[in-house]
Order: sequence, then C-alpha cells, then structure tokens
Amino acid sequence: MGKEAFGLAAKDNSGVLSPFRFSRRETGEKDVKFKVLFCGICHSDLHMIKNDWGVSTYPLVPGHEIVGVVTEVGSKVTKFKTGDKVGVGCMVGSCGSCDSCTEGLENYCPKTIQTYGFKYYDDTITYGGYSDNMVCDEGFIIRIPENLPLDAAAPLLCAGITVYSPLKYHGLDKPGMHIGVVGLGGLGHVAVKFAKAMGLKVTVISTSDSKRDEAINRLGADSFVVSRDQKQIKDAMRTLDGIINTVSATHSLLPLLGLLKPKGKLVMVGVPEKPLELPVMPLIFERKMVMGSMIGGIKETQEMVDMAGKHNITADIELISADYVNTAMERLEKADVRYRFVIDVANTLKPAP
Amino acid sequence: MAKSPETEHPNKAFGWAAKDKSGLLSPFHFSRRDNGDNDVTVKILYCGVCHTDLHTIKNDWGFSYYPVVPGHEIVGIATKVGKNVTKFREGDRVGVGVITGSCQSCESCDQDLENYCPQMSFTYNSIGSDGTKTYGGYSESIVVDQRFVLQFPEGLPSDSGAPLLCAGITVYSPMKYYGMTEPGKHLGVAGLGGLGHVAVKIGKAFGLKVTVISSSPNKEDEAINRLGADSFLVSSDPQKMKAAIGTMDYIIDTVSAVHALFPLLGLLKVNGKLVTLGLPEKPLELPIFPLVLGRKMVGGSDIGGMKETQEMLEFCGKHNITADIELIKMDEINTAMERLAKADVRYRFVIDVANSLSPP
Repeated sequence: MGKEAFGLAAKDNSGVLSPFRFSRRETGEKDVKFKVLFCGICHSDLHMIKNDWGVSTYPLVPGHEIVGVVTEVGSKVTKFKTGDKVGVGCMVGSCGSCDSCTEGLENYCPKTIQTYGFKYYDDTITYGGYSDNMVCDEGFIIRIPENLPLDAAAPLLCAGITVYSPLKYHGLDKPGMHIGVVGLGGLGHVAVKFAKAMGLKVTVISTSDSKRDEAINRLGADSFVVSRDQKQIKDAMRTLDGIINTVSATHSLLPLLGLLKPKGKLVMVGVPEKPLELPVMPLIFERKMVMGSMIGGIKETQEMVDMAGKHNITADIELISADYVNTAMERLEKADVRYRFVIDVANTLKPAP
Repeated sequence: MAKSPETEHPNKAFGWAAKDKSGLLSPFHFSRRDNGDNDVTVKILYCGVCHTDLHTIKNDWGFSYYPVVPGHEIVGIATKVGKNVTKFREGDRVGVGVITGSCQSCESCDQDLENYCPQMSFTYNSIGSDGTKTYGGYSESIVVDQRFVLQFPEGLPSDSGAPLLCAGITVYSPMKYYGMTEPGKHLGVAGLGGLGHVAVKIGKAFGLKVTVISSSPNKEDEAINRLGADSFLVSSDPQKMKAAIGTMDYIIDTVSAVHALFPLLGLLKVNGKLVTLGLPEKPLELPIFPLVLGRKMVGGSDIGGMKETQEMLEFCGKHNITADIELIKMDEINTAMERLAKADVRYRFVIDVANSLSPP
C-alpha cells in the first residue's frame, strides 16, 4: 500500500546504512509531499542507528534535517503549494490538544511523533529524510526562506532550533548580553552565529585551544576560553549571563557555573547519558540555575528559520554523497567534521538495484 | 597584640558560644560596639535555632572561627537608635536575620539583594564592615546597622515569628523569584522540617495545592491535618511516586542530606522548576535527560534581600503564618542541638533568651 520510496536504512545496531526500499503513505488531505533535496546528519542519527538509547527499531531510516521542493499537496492544505521550498525537522505529529500543543510547543507533547523510528497515527513506522521523498502533515512543514541555500539551511531544522529556542525562552537574546557556548560542533557553531545575530557578546568554551582561531576569526565569537586552563577560567569568572552547553560527554559543571554571573543560567542542550555532578553551592549562594531544552515548537522553528533568512545564517557543512554516509558516521563519531555533514540526496541517492 | 573578644569593643556583652568543633555551647563573655549613628541596639527576647547554627558550631563546612556565638533568627526590642536612623524608634519590636552587613553600593545591593553582595557579612561567624568578628543572637543584645533591622509586624508573635527570619525568607524568596506563586498550581515540598513546614504554610497562603514529599510515613497526619497540606507522598514508595509523575508545577527541596534528584524531577510537569535549599556535604547527581526532555529547571536560593525579608514578614503577619516551635531555655541548648541533629523537633527550637540568659 502507499507510494514507493527508497532510502538508506540501518538494519541492526551495527549502524551500517544500506539501500532500502519502503513505501510512504498516500498524500492525505492535510499532507504535503516533497522531493528531498538534502538531509543533514545529526548526532542523534548516529545514536539512533546504533541503538545507544535503547529505543531504536529496525530497519531505521534516519534523518530529521530535511529540505526539498513540494511536489503535491492534499486538498485541505492552505499554506503550501507545489514548487515551494520546505523542510521538516524532528517531529511529524503530536496530540494537538494538550497544554504543550496549545502553546505551540509540540516538542514537549507526551505524544510527539518523531520524524523517524516512531509509530505514526496509522500504525506505520515513520521513516526519515535519508530518502527520496517525504510525506508530512502541513502542521509540521517549515517554509525555507528564498535566499537561503538549501543544503546549508538543512541543519537549522534540528541544530538551529535546538539553540535558538532556549536563547529566546530564557531571555538570553537581549543585545549586549554575554553568553557562553560550550562545545564547538554542529550545535555550538550555529549557537555562535545566532547569538551574534541577536547582538550578544559570545565566548566559546572548549576543552582545547585548537578551535580558537576558527571560533574567533571565522565564526565571529568575541573570545575563547579553554575549560581545562584554570587561569583562563578564573579570568572569565562571573562574566556570563547564560551558557548554552552542547556537550554530551560526561564533564564537570563546576567551572561552567563559575563563569556565570549571579542569577546566570546554564542551559543543557547536549544530553550526557550518565548523570553529572551538581555542585549545589553556586546555585544556593549565587542563585544560578541549570535547565534543559529540547528542539522547539513548530511556530518557533519557523521563526528561527525566518531569522536565519534575514541574517543569512546557515550551518557550515560538508556536502557528501549518499554512498559516503557510513564513512561520515565514523568521522562524526570522532567529531571529525566542520561542522555538519549534509547528504546530497537528490543527486546521489539511488535506489537499490 | 590582638584584642580579646572581651576587650575588642567598649561595651560588655554576654552570650553562649561554641569554643571548638565539639560544638558544645557554654557561657561566653565578649563585647559589642557602641551604637553608631546608623545603628540600632536590640535587646534580644527570642532567638531561633537554625540547622546552620548546628553546622557552624561543629565546623561542618570548614569555615568556623571559634569562639562562635550562633543565632540569626533574632527578635527583640530596640533600646537605642542612632541619629541617622529613621525607620525605627526606641521600644519598637524588631528582628535581625542572617545578614548584618554589605557594601551597600554594588549592583546586588542597589537591587535590594544584599544577600548576593560579594562583601556581604553574616550575623555571626563573619567579618563585619568594621573588620571585627560578628557574634549572633544567642546573647543579650546586638548592635546592627538599620539597613539590616526589620520591623516586626503587630500581631506576629515574637517567639514563633523568630524562625521566619531565616526559614521564612529562605522559602519565600525563591517562591517569588522563580514565579512559584500562581494560585491553583501544584507545589511539592520535599522534607518536612524547619524549612519544609514553613514552605507548606506559605504555599497554602499563596493559594497553591501543596503535596509534602517525605521518606517518613508517620508525618502524614501532621502534614495534612495540622499544617494544611493537600496531600502526602511517601518518597520511598515506588508505586505512589510513579502515580505522581508529571503532576507538580514546582518543588521546594529542603532536604540537606545527599539525596536523589531523579525521582523529584520526574514529579515535575513540563517546564517544572525544582529549587534546592539544603546544603549537602557532597555534590548531588543531576540526570540531564529529564531536564532536556521536559524543559525543567534546577535552581537554588539562599535567604533573601532585606526589602523582601520585610515583605515576607508583612505577608506572614497578614496570613497568620508562624513557625511551629519548641521554646527552650538557654541552658538547654546543648540537648536541643543533639535533638536537632536527629531531626527530633517539631519544627524549630526557639531560645527564650530574655527569660533564661543570665551572666553567671
């Protein structure tokens, strides 16, 4: 049943991706169908193909930074038409009626349906953007601004919203504020760009000095602190209004908390598997906070992409062909990419013979 | 040569002090400064016994400077006021809380948040603005800059109102700051001791639904029938904890021992806030998944500024909120400290200073 599709799937927790034929549902009355042009490779894709979180079901077609061109719209679709440049991020459905959904925060709905590896309303499993086409409910489609190159815009749909949402929600978007970005990878580099576009002063915090030149001279950060250097940490104590922490390895929160001004906010967007040590004194005596954030709602994702269009913000990408994807995953595991792989789906993804 | 506590200042003073980390308190002669132009001299009527007093006399946190005269929940009568003092007159009933000094010119002080001033000094075991050590409320009287003196509202009893000066503000300040006061919302209070029982009362006064979260099932009757909590959750009962997942908007966590945050974070709804007030000896373990998946927050807080402490006293006066106390004599303090170490008090000891403290 449904329409033919093909893509790349992991068949087991080795995580090796190989050609895979499957079917997508018929375009329903509220659905938008689009030809996938590009799909970003998010670190979550790597975790999911290897079943690091224990929630993966196989075969798994990853990809939730998907952009393309609309080829068909259902009869009740009002916001999009054939030929529009659109994208889909991490969600393709939610309950629509809970408190979170009514506030435009579908990402916090307990019944969020993720773009891949999740059960859809029709009991089928969702397949992501490492594939030739996507069918998605209009309510979860994002319009991509005309001026943004589609390949470099794709990662905004996950990395972009993941850092944009907490900057706005926690009031860390006022010109003149000073924020820190911990970790300079897919999330971190986009955080620097959005923060600079918001008029903030930005300090990149990293475990080694190797990315200093890049951070300051190419990405536009104002300063750089090596977290293992006690003197650099000491000199930067109590200077930051907020920190966007993108690191998902186990690490120490104490020096990061020290960098915050009193009442400062440490926002976790990376998700270490094991709990971290929480020194309580900085929270108690300096009223500092630790909070988490996860992607964003659809309305704010559109807002983020529109802001990116206005300020010409895109990700720094390495465009790869579909048959390079397994090598890309190996390199991603070693953080050997500046800063996001994007698959050139339309030009290089071929169905299995 | 360094002056002794007795000769440091011109006026003789008497109280009880701990001389070493055994924490044993005994009579102690020292001295207080003259009442300066900005000062108020307070004859002490009552002083609450805060758990911090116990930690300090035993040097649990490693920065006690003996001899220590504890006590920062002080209620008394103003007996002298300096010529620049405008807010108080002799005979006023006043309170002194946890801090008695700050720089009075930094960003925090300008925002009435003296508790975050980097030069803030404590009522006891601290170096005051004049460079000398501060001695607290287990004594006959105290001399304090007017900025750090509070008007005690009429109708608020001196003895059971005293603990509000630390326990009350410690709970009230974060509830206001973190926006945990919306009527109808659901507050969890973890731990039912000095801080916890006041949190229940203040939570109810804000119109919140209040659930006490405790590892002791035997506190349920007390919590609901006497303190007015709406429900009671036994934290060691996995089934009950599971049923309560995602039901609370806020949690005030008063537990000071090392404890697990994971089950408490699970009780919060999306966007929920947990504020921790206890000072455990070791760092806590913070699981990141629940924070990220539910946009939850963990914050902390420590007392409050002078303006909001006054606001809190007015609020408690208006809503008849006082602490549940056990009044003791000064010479019963060591036994009280032993009992406090075992949490054997419902819920604050208060020393009847004026009636039981006398120099030998």
